[in-house]
Amino acid sequence: MKKEEQIIQALRQVKDPEVPVLDIVEMGIVRGVEITESQIIITITPTYTGCPAMRVIEEEINQVLKTEGYENVEVKTVLFPAWTTDWLTEEARLKLKAYGIAPPEKVNEVDLNPFNWEEKKVACPFCESMNTSLTSQFGSTACKALYYCNNCQQPFEHFKCI
Amino acid sequence: MKLDKQTQSDLFDYLLRLGDDRLILGHRVSEWCGHGPILEEDIALSNIALDLIGQSINFLSLAGKVEGQGRTEDDLAYHRDALDFKNLMLVEQPNGDFGFTMVRQFLFDAYSLLLMEALQASELKELAAIAGKALKEVRYHLRHSSQWVLRLGDGTEESHRRVQNALDDLWMYTREMFESDEVEQRLVQKGIAVDSTSLKSGWESMVFQILKQATLEIPGEQGYYSSGSRQGIHTEHLGYILADMQFLPRAYPDAKW
Repeated sequence: MKKEEQIIQALRQVKDPEVPVLDIVEMGIVRGVEITESQIIITITPTYTGCPAMRVIEEEINQVLKTEGYENVEVKTVLFPAWTTDWLTEEARLKLKAYGIAPPEKVNEVDLNPFNWEEKKVACPFCESMNTSLTSQFGSTACKALYYCNNCQQPFEHFKCI
Repeated sequence: MKLDKQTQSDLFDYLLRLGDDRLILGHRVSEWCGHGPILEEDIALSNIALDLIGQSINFLSLAGKVEGQGRTEDDLAYHRDALDFKNLMLVEQPNGDFGFTMVRQFLFDAYSLLLMEALQASELKELAAIAGKALKEVRYHLRHSSQWVLRLGDGTEESHRRVQNALDDLWMYTREMFESDEVEQRLVQKGIAVDSTSLKSGWESMVFQILKQATLEIPGEQGYYSSGSRQGIHTEHLGYILADMQFLPRAYPDAKW
């Protein structure tokens, strides 16, 4: 395995502190690994500007790579291109669903237009029913919205599409 | 970043305007935490406050870099006085009732959407990146605030009365959003900033459409409009919010989480 790939594998040990089933690679937070003669540069991007998890993630990257024997690691944050839920891998989406969070759909026109108030049809992660309704666009963390399943009568969270 | 002295000072000022708008509004909105009319709204307002403060961190930390004196976003947020703040008077206005907060948010969100869209084309890559990032969040803030303005305006007699009053009270703070000055114009020439006057017609068409749909009466052009906050002139409310926000880091300078 190439060194870059080994580092990426190591980075998969770093989980999102707020959604601990997902690692930062499959979430699309890790944007690049660059190995120069003197150091290893890990480039990451925040999910939301105010996400309090970012600092923890940065610390953990340093920790994990140190444990794996890598030295002179620098973590760099970039904002462009802005993170999108479209970067979540298929595997990550399945994990989210199994965890009880409805995964994001591909970002579409409704998400991009603030005045398109059409309610997204989201499948309940527990019973698969499409008979669900939006409770609130905002949930327990910046990345989630609250839904309710009218079929199995369970409240659930949906990973917002941005 | 290689900038001549004039551009460096203009850009620092411009970034403070962008950062301060979001810092002060974010702090205002955060005052709802634990006081929301319903649990979902409490959570929504806290989310919005967090986004706004996150956006302000980006603008203020870039401001600190441009200034080149080693000041961080925290230094700029906690160790400047009211006259040094460049936020719009609109965002420092006290929360009032929930309807008042939503009208204030709506008027700002519509402005912020247009500004962030336009700033994505800035010649200054760092600034364009911050704007592109913020834009994604502004979109759902505006979705939220415009839905509430519609629901409350076209709601009960009581809710209609309250948001109409809010709109009438806040209207005099709206014109400032579209005022430009030399600082901004010099940066517009360099392709860095957006000319504020260019945002007015887009804002009006967006805002008027929702207000009409909400059966609210759009205040007339006549009447008093505030001016000067980009130069550090503020209403009395800013001093109080700063006292609240800055007390801890000033009284305990070494305090850490």
